[in-house]
Amino acid sequence: MTIEQFFLMRHELLLILAAIIVLIAELAVSESGKTKIIPFAAGLFALVTAIGFIPAETGTLFGGSFQTSSLTLFMKNVLNLAVLIIFLQSEGWLKKPENSERISEYFILTIVTLVGMNFMISSGDFLMFYLGLETATIPAAALVAFDRLKSHSAEAGIKLILSSALSSGILLFGLSLIYGATGSIYFADIVAKIEPSPIIILAFIFFVAGMGFKISLVPFHFWTADVYEGAPINVTSYLSVVSKGAAAFTFSIIVFKVFGALFEQWQHLVYALAVMTMTIANLFALRQDNIKRFLAFSSIAQAGFILLGILGANEMGMASVVYFVLVYVFTNLGAFGVATSVFNASGIETISGYKSLYKTNPKLSLLMTVALFSLAGIPPVAGFFGKFFLFTSAASRGYYILVLIAVLNATVSLYYYLRVIKSMFIDQTDEPIAAFRSSISMRISLIMCVSGIFVVGFASGIFEYIREISQLFF
Amino acid sequence: MIEGIPIYHFLIVSTIMFFVGVCGFIIRRNLITMLMAVELILNSVNINFVVFNRYLYPDQLQGHFFTLFIVGVAATEAAVAIALIINIYRRFKSIEVQNVSEMKF
Repeated sequence: MTIEQFFLMRHELLLILAAIIVLIAELAVSESGKTKIIPFAAGLFALVTAIGFIPAETGTLFGGSFQTSSLTLFMKNVLNLAVLIIFLQSEGWLKKPENSERISEYFILTIVTLVGMNFMISSGDFLMFYLGLETATIPAAALVAFDRLKSHSAEAGIKLILSSALSSGILLFGLSLIYGATGSIYFADIVAKIEPSPIIILAFIFFVAGMGFKISLVPFHFWTADVYEGAPINVTSYLSVVSKGAAAFTFSIIVFKVFGALFEQWQHLVYALAVMTMTIANLFALRQDNIKRFLAFSSIAQAGFILLGILGANEMGMASVVYFVLVYVFTNLGAFGVATSVFNASGIETISGYKSLYKTNPKLSLLMTVALFSLAGIPPVAGFFGKFFLFTSAASRGYYILVLIAVLNATVSLYYYLRVIKSMFIDQTDEPIAAFRSSISMRISLIMCVSGIFVVGFASGIFEYIREISQLFF
Repeated sequence: MIEGIPIYHFLIVSTIMFFVGVCGFIIRRNLITMLMAVELILNSVNINFVVFNRYLYPDQLQGHFFTLFIVGVAATEAAVAIALIINIYRRFKSIEVQNVSEMKF
């Protein structure tokens, strides 16, 4: 193996390097100046993100364990971009006095989970996939319990680590059955030997159950709302966007690449999961008042829509999933950014607490409105196109009834998204949240989100590009 | 390969272990016991991998290596989980599940 081949892992190596640099920077700064790490780490990560966009060679490493293609590189760039926005948004929270000792820990843990997700996306065998998955979830539990003096945060941390341990145990049992049936853990060898025998179907069900925990599909979603509510708000946005996006990418890659031949068998399972996820998550979202719980159920419902794209099982399906996650990054981080700045300024995180926000903070209210419209899928913004392509990909296989159910669910979801907007614009209160100015980095991140919501929707070249690289993948 | 013991015996043991682990995770109300149930699941997977490798594909080592990695990852998982459980104990003065659930739908 030459050094050039080693640089196929450029994204991962850069991230590991960034984590080490932040660790050294922690030693270098004085005790009183720990907050200097925040702009340093965000700037460093911006550099890493920018380097990630430079075109790179693709290939395989370690005898097929690690594979890159232009599609996986694009996925990693999307995740990098999302993490950059989250870093910019977390300044206000990290500057609080109780966090001053642990600022660099937040950055290191986040970057390490991102390394795990990158390995998971690039995996070429189930061992690499499993290691990436665990690298992505174990530090995430520590992140969730970051506010260790708050009981909600501690509770959320233990709920996340125990349910993710259970889910990876179930997933591993499925993998062991696949190994028993095919005699290999490499994707390429498994594809050659896979056939719809009972043991493989049982293994696939275990696999879906394990991944369903990570993407929070409905029968496996019980941890989501509690963890999202208890975690610090920036960690919540990290879990709901980056963690879920990476899991959705990996799930679609493995389902297409390894289990592609079993489409006839797994379509019913994914169909049922999609219907349950959309419907039940929407019904639960109707009754939430906490904004984090509300966004948690909204993100579960969005995962149900992603399954529609996976049901397409062709390059259109893959492209629509990647495009939807790209849109979802900007949209959801926009909504979370507003929630974060409101929380930092006033400590309020309930929808009823947002009353008359438009009178005092009109820009933030408008931004929240755009983000929620995009989540609901209202035409001029990117969220509409994301859902549109997912529906197209499901309809191309003839799932008309499923698409009808999805459209009905999108309509129901409009009700609860509008409830937030009603609270901000129409409901009156004598004591609205006082007018405040967000920090510069928060404003940069919100501008990135808004421009992302509009640019990704209108620039058709982006979807064309994703479709092109998805074709190479198949 | 062990003379006189067919592969089914091992697989029955590992399957029973797996479902005991899942049931234990659902039924038990103590966080440490739930963690032990998860370890049971992971060990049943280990048995599966080693037995499949030894009986069906004795000329390769993929299953053995997978097992080693699972053991390592299980150790890290237990380390983080126990740290979180200690944190829980300091906050709630209990590690019983019913006392550690302030958030409900």
